[in-house]
Parts: sequence; structure tokens; C-alpha cells
Amino acid sequence: MATAFAPTKLTATLPLHGSQENRLLLPIRLAPHSSFLGSTRSLTAHSSRRLNHAHATRRSPPVVGVQEVVKEKKSINSLLITKEEGLVLYEDMILGRSFEDMCAQMYYRGKMFGFVHLYNGQEAVSTGFIKLLTKSDSVVSTYRDHVHALSKGVSARAVMSELFGKVTGCCRGQGGSMHMFSKEHNMLGGFAFIGEGIPVATGAAFSSKYRRDVLKQDCEDVTVAFFGDGTCNNGQFYECLNMAALWKLPIIFVVENNLWAIGMSHLRATSDPEIWKKGPAFGMPGVHVDGMDVLKVREVAKEAVTRARRGEGPTLVECETYRFRGHSLADPDELRDAAEKAKYAARDPIAALKKYLIENNLAKEAELKSIEKKIDELVEEAVEFADASPQPGRSQLLENVFADPKGFGIGPDGRYRCEDPKFTEGTAQV
Amino acid sequence: MSSIIHGAGAATALSTFNPVDSKKLTNLSVRSQRYIVAGSEASKKKSFGSALTVRHSQKLIPNAVATKEADTSTSTGHELLLFEALQEGLEEEMDRDANVCVMGEDVGHYGGSYKVTKGLADKFGDLRVLDTPICENAFTGMAIGAAMTGLRPVIEGMNMGFLLLAFNQISNNCGMLHYTSGGQFTIPVVIRGPGGVGRQLGAEHSQRLESYFQSIPGIQMVACSTPYNAKGLMKAAIRSENPVILFEHVLLYNLKEKIPDEDYICNLEEAEMVRPGEHITILTYSRMRYHVMQAAKTLVNKGYDPEVIDIRSLKPFDLHTIGNSVKKTHRVLIVEECMRTGGIGASLTAAINENFHDYLDAPVMCLSSQDVPTPYAGTLEEWTVVQPAQIVTAVEQLCQ
Repeated sequence: MATAFAPTKLTATLPLHGSQENRLLLPIRLAPHSSFLGSTRSLTAHSSRRLNHAHATRRSPPVVGVQEVVKEKKSINSLLITKEEGLVLYEDMILGRSFEDMCAQMYYRGKMFGFVHLYNGQEAVSTGFIKLLTKSDSVVSTYRDHVHALSKGVSARAVMSELFGKVTGCCRGQGGSMHMFSKEHNMLGGFAFIGEGIPVATGAAFSSKYRRDVLKQDCEDVTVAFFGDGTCNNGQFYECLNMAALWKLPIIFVVENNLWAIGMSHLRATSDPEIWKKGPAFGMPGVHVDGMDVLKVREVAKEAVTRARRGEGPTLVECETYRFRGHSLADPDELRDAAEKAKYAARDPIAALKKYLIENNLAKEAELKSIEKKIDELVEEAVEFADASPQPGRSQLLENVFADPKGFGIGPDGRYRCEDPKFTEGTAQV
Repeated sequence: MSSIIHGAGAATALSTFNPVDSKKLTNLSVRSQRYIVAGSEASKKKSFGSALTVRHSQKLIPNAVATKEADTSTSTGHELLLFEALQEGLEEEMDRDANVCVMGEDVGHYGGSYKVTKGLADKFGDLRVLDTPICENAFTGMAIGAAMTGLRPVIEGMNMGFLLLAFNQISNNCGMLHYTSGGQFTIPVVIRGPGGVGRQLGAEHSQRLESYFQSIPGIQMVACSTPYNAKGLMKAAIRSENPVILFEHVLLYNLKEKIPDEDYICNLEEAEMVRPGEHITILTYSRMRYHVMQAAKTLVNKGYDPEVIDIRSLKPFDLHTIGNSVKKTHRVLIVEECMRTGGIGASLTAAINENFHDYLDAPVMCLSSQDVPTPYAGTLEEWTVVQPAQIVTAVEQLCQ
């Protein structure tokens, strides 16, 4: 963090209101949170109120976004994190980095195949958001999902085994690098096509709302959807922004803007490259944050998650970040300017957090080193575990195609095909 | 007036032909309601065709379609139209399980473009019967995400053709997520809507999506054709843990039939015996069933004895029912509404040839729609789909 900011006092409830234009995160209170916008019953009663609010906001300064949300703290009274929190964040980021470095090694040694997309450099976004979530909150990601899975709590062993294509992988070796799922940790994937996870995330958020409003259960679960800058030109993104804002779904849309979609620069693909501006067009706050600074991301995330839990609806957060490696391990990464890479390498989120922890006396060098060592061992052990695990047998081929295997139908002999124990090995004729 | 079709609109198209009753009861009277009761239950009883009232003016042909007596006939039951049967099935399942919800365009306040969800929003609320914006891909994906996290959504495509916009979600997520997650997440969605060639609706509203979806692993496809199997399949689809696509037909919504009062479902993987016979097996589904039955009337008068099976389950095929029939008759005619190329009929032909080649006395013949975007003009549209006369000719040809 090279820029210096005037120290400001951290306000208790809404830290993002430190600067002038921060009115955007004030929710437009239209109706009690249990009332459903689509219902005609409340439409007549509240429509007038809604119009008044709309006029009110138009009169105030354009509420569009917040640049550089959190100012660096100089005084010790207003530290953003405690020591424990700091160490948790540090460990999580180190885990993400070490794991991805190990993936690269394993790939070039022929243990891992296909398309592998590494997250190096973007750890602040994953750690910043996911470490605020509970186990029952959901995370939806893209093909760059290893670190999201790890942050959410999926064990390094399970992820590494999945990458090696072993039975002990989190998806039994059936998903691979781009499909990390965990029901236990509510990691809802892992999607290969960009944008196709966003509706799934919207659905998970819809479930939360349904549970609360229809089933009358206590449900404060939120969903965080991660996706990139390239996705923000895709229709599914806009369709979901609309629905999430319309129904005030408890979801946070996190754009990991690393400026590149394989070899397509964000600036060459997008008419208005400022993605955070697209939130207010749909009626939700749009926030831009420095995605190389885990503390800033965390502050924004806190506000967005709290909004969602309170039933105030979605938030669009654009994190300016960078991937230190190519798009995937197959990408030679020749298009990106060396100067750009160097600029972002100097803003390495892990180095920044380390500096912060040490300068603010939250941790000693030795403590951080021991964390790094611990993680190294953990990742090594994960590789050993994955190496030693068996590959899937033939009988696994057709398992899990259907939740109810009766779906394979009735064979000529009158029995359901799934009744034949050898059926899952696959047959030429189905 | 006991006309077969009640209600206006697209339903009038059916009045041009006369679906024939497939069984005869002892108390035969022109105005009486006849009905089938025996559905395909766990005992795998053969089920008989649906009953439709006979038109007042039409000359009755007793013994045209000889059938066995139904052994579980009841005199109770209630009469309704096919769209009402779908609604009843849906409502009963929504009463039974609070996680069942509906999503789609105009399903709530409007009651559904074909009134299948009429009244449900008033009863269950706007969140359980969700009026979505026009974004098929996103709301189908949303339903899938909701299904992964515990709900059981029923997605309505206002017209099945619109679901082409949701192909990404249906193929990649609906069909594949259970597998790529290693079995961790289930997707118990039902995707339903009207499709098929209607009455001069034009090319894009007359599509048969079953042929496009059939390769997607991990989904099941069923097609309903009578109020009885419509309700039964709807309920079975909702209760299934697999994603099921239920194909309805625009022209069949106003078919009337008496269905049982008690709770019942139709097995998703089974075919329905409409009319047993000896000479030839005719396999069909959805609207073409009625063209086949009309042709059957002519065929019977000419001395043929066709066995008509409504395959109902488009994916997977019920090769047991179909196989038994082939083994009996040795001749197969498939009558479908899909296009010639790559349709359900094409797959069925391959499956029959592979499995029952030894039992065939003649090549499997498949009558499909022409490979053409359905034209608007009435005459052209009529020639696009298979008509009863063509079915009669085909049977005569096969039975030479």
C-alpha cells in the first residue's frame, strides 16, 4: 500500500462512511423485510413511498460507488483486526499461495491434467470475504476455484486428491480442477463456463429467503458469488443482478477484476470498464475496493455481508486484483506487459499483510515463519495423501449420474438397469 | 353437447379428428363417461388408454378396439381437463411438501399461459409461485441453485422453445452437477411446459425440444398425453430426486377425462399400453397418440389389429414394454412429432434395432415431422406433421 491517507477514525457501525460520498450503502427502506416486492398486496401501499425515495436519492449526490473504501490506519486505537484475526487471515492466504504453487509443480510433473487455473495474487479477495462467512453460508465460484474451496474449509487433501483424479477427492475425482464442490462446507462449485455459476448462487440465496419467508425458519445464510471481469459482459450476470435486487436476495456479487480474460484485456472488451457502476443501475450498491489489500476487502465484505443478513439485499463489489500467473497453466502469458506485472507484484497481498502485522505489532516474524512452515507441511502431506490414494475403479463410471438410478430405465428383461450390480461399469448399449 | 374438447383457443384444433376410445365397457352409452383406472403401478399392470367422450353425432363402432376389462374400475372419480389435472397434481404436491415451489414467467398472478398454475399464487403466495422476469437462463439456473440447497422447484417454460435460452443451465448444471460434484448435490427440479406443433403458431413456437435435450446425461424426459398420465407424471416428477423434463403439448390441454380421486402416480420410466393388438406395434407419444388412434380406427375397419403404445418416457425408453410388444408383433412403426433428423424416433429406431433385431420381420419404420421450420400457412403446417392417413398407409405397407 504505497499511498498515504489521512488517518480517520473508524466509525463503529459503518466504516465505509469515512469519506464524503458514502451515502450509497444506506438501504432504501421500502417495506418491512418480510414483505415481498413482487406481491401486489404491498405494491399499492408502498409504491408511492418507493417513488418518493427514488426522487430523494436523485436529488442527493449521485450515489454510485466508493473508491478506496478504507483508509490506512496509523493509530493503534483503530486497528482493523485483532492478532487472532490477523493470523487467521495470514494463514489462509499462505495456504492459498502454497497450494497453488504446488499445483503448478505437480502439473509440470504430470500428476495433474487438463485446464488448471491458478489464483496466485488474488488471495486477498478469497480470504477477505470467505473468512467472514459461517459454515452454512454458501460460496459459488468459477474455474479458478481451488482457493475459494480451501478458504471455505475444504481440506487441502480433498482438493489435491480431486486434482490428481483420485477417489478421495472432494468430488470423487469426477469433477476435477474446475468443479470443486463440498456439501459439508457449502461450496456450491466450481463451474467451467463463465457466468453459469451466478444463477446457481442466486438460487442458493433464494433458498435462504424462502426458508425465512415461506418456511418461517431462522435463516440468515448468505451466498457469495465470485467471478471475473470477463463475466461482467455476459447476460447471466445482468439477469441475476436484476433478480437479486428485485427480490432483495441475500447475495454478494464479487467481481475479481484482474483486468484480463485469457488474452483479452478488460479495457478492450468493455464499453464502460468500471464494473461497480453497474450495481446502482439495478438498484443495488456498487463498491470498488483494492483487491490486493485483504483488510480493505474485509471491511467492504463485512458491510456487504451484514446488509445481506439483515435482508437489505445484494451488493456488487468490484475488487481490483491481479493474477501473477497466466490464465491457466497452458497459457504462455505473453500478452501482458512486464511493467504491469511488476507493478502488481509489488502489491503482493501476502507481503502487505505481513508488513501490516509486523508494523502494528500484531505478530512477530517468527510466528509468521512458523505459520508458513506449518502450511508447507500441510501441502506436502496433501500431495502425499493424494499420491497414495487409489484411482477410481471402473464400477464408478456411471455412479452418480442420477441421484435415483432408476433414471437409467428398464431394460429388455423387465428389470431396472440399476439392479444389475455391474451396470455402473458402463455398457455399450444403454 | 358432449364434445371432446371443452374450452376455446388452441383446443379447437383437436376437433378435426376424433380420438377413439380404446376400450369398451359393458354399459355402453353414447353420452356416458368412460374412463380408465388402471395406471402403471408398482405391480406393473398394463394400463389402458384414456377415455374420451364420444361425440354425439359420430357413429359408434362397437368392438372396434377390443380390450380387457379393467379389474379396478371404480364409479367414483372426477372429471377434468388436462391442464386442470396438471394443476391438481402440482397443487397436491405443494400441499404435501412445503419445499415444492414454482418458478416461471406469468405463473403467479396470470395463472400460467395455459392456466396450469391458476389460483396457486393466491393460495401459496408470491414467493412460492414466483413470477420471474424474462430471463430463462438465469431463472433456470436459479432454480437449480435452489434445488441444490434444499428446495424442489418446478420450472415452467412458457413455451418449451424458450428453454433453448436455458440450454446452458439445463445441460451443464441440471444434467451434470450431480455427477461432477461426486454425488454431493441433487437437483430435484421439474422443467415443464407446452411444446409441439400447435395451430399456426409459427416456427419458433412450434418446436420439439425433446430431440435437443435427449443426449444430456443425468436428466429424465417424459411426455404426458392424457389427464390421467399428466397428473400422474407431474406428481412422480416432483417426487423424483432426478431432474425431470415434462413435455406437455399445446393442443392437448383441454382434453377431458375422469380420473381417480385417490392419490396416484405414474411411473416415470414406464410406457403405457393404449391398445393391445397382434399385427403391428405402433410406438408414439404426446399428440401423435391421437393421430395414431384415429388411424387405428380406420385400420381396424380394414381388418388390421394394431398394438398402440404411448412410450411416455422419452428418456430412458421402457425397453421392456416395447420389447415384449415387438416380440409379439414383429413389426414396428414409430409415429412422432420430432423432426426426421435426430429425433426421439431416430433414437428409438436405433434402440429397437440393437436390442430386438432378431424379432423383426420388417425394418423399423419411423414417421416423423418434416425437417422444416414449422410453416405458418395452415396447409403447409398440416403437411409438416404426420397425419392419420399416412399412418394407415405405413401400416399397410409394413404388414404386406
